[in-house]
Amino acid sequence: MDQELRSELQKQGVFTTTLEDLYNWGRKNSVWPLGFGLACCAIEMIAASMSRWDLARFGAEVFRPSPRQADLMIVAGTVTKKMAPQVVRLYNQMPEPKYVIAMGACAISGGPFKQGYNVLKGIDRFIPVDVHIPGCPPRPEALLHAFMTLQEKIDQQQLTGAGRARHLHADKPSEFPVPEFGEHDLQPPNNPAVWKAPKMTRNG
Amino acid sequence: MSGDNASYLPVIILMLAAVGFALAPLTLAWLWARNFSPKKPGQDKNATYECGLESKGDAWIQFKSEYYLYAIIFLIFDVETVFLLPFAVAFTGLSALAFIEMMVFVFMLVAGLVWAWQKGVLTWK
Repeated sequence: MDQELRSELQKQGVFTTTLEDLYNWGRKNSVWPLGFGLACCAIEMIAASMSRWDLARFGAEVFRPSPRQADLMIVAGTVTKKMAPQVVRLYNQMPEPKYVIAMGACAISGGPFKQGYNVLKGIDRFIPVDVHIPGCPPRPEALLHAFMTLQEKIDQQQLTGAGRARHLHADKPSEFPVPEFGEHDLQPPNNPAVWKAPKMTRNG
Repeated sequence: MSGDNASYLPVIILMLAAVGFALAPLTLAWLWARNFSPKKPGQDKNATYECGLESKGDAWIQFKSEYYLYAIIFLIFDVETVFLLPFAVAFTGLSALAFIEMMVFVFMLVAGLVWAWQKGVLTWK
């Protein structure tokens, strides 16, 4: 059914929907995050779930203690190289469909520790991140915005066809290689299937 | 007779509805998963523990059996106290037979204490 006919029917007081829309509507309003914080951003995440910012409005207040019951991983804080394998393993243990919000400067890029030796320069080097939030730490409003962005993304995902969501492709992986804590750096230092080093180009 | 049976009909209907209410979402979820989402099992996903760390070592480890001594000493002192207290309260009203029975019980526990003493369990090392 095309959009025109649908809006025409809506004017007459007949509301129509598709199975896909209904399914995504249910999905986006019950995103259960993994109860998991790494640093100071976790405090903002906790604040966002409490009464003042009230994450429950998005159906996302149920922080699960087990990755098996979670839909969303909020990487809230500094991911050290020692912690990165555990983060990736937890992500691997989450059932599909799963989403990741990288919260704060550290989780998206290493933040103030980017030049250091022991902090991972962004969790998107190992797992696919859906929403990045900048900030040090981001305010709960920023996390709410990330939630709404993620909800929009879930709402637009297709169930069938070539453009269907990642988790519905049988050949796309659900698990990503867990890096090992090596002598100098994580081995491998990034997952080439997920992240490619940006190419430097100089003009003039 | 038929009137008695008919009175249970709503209960049966309610029970069927309850079972259906519980099974319908499970069936729907199962059908949905079968038709739309491909199965993607993996090594990490099928792992027993979910703390993020890999489990190490063997679960078949041996515990020291010496702990039974603590259990026996506990029985001697704790259980004896529990029975001695009502015994002391009801002491004046007891018959001779009950008194002898209680003494046998106390003797059995004291014998255990003597055994433990002789074994050297009470010595702090």
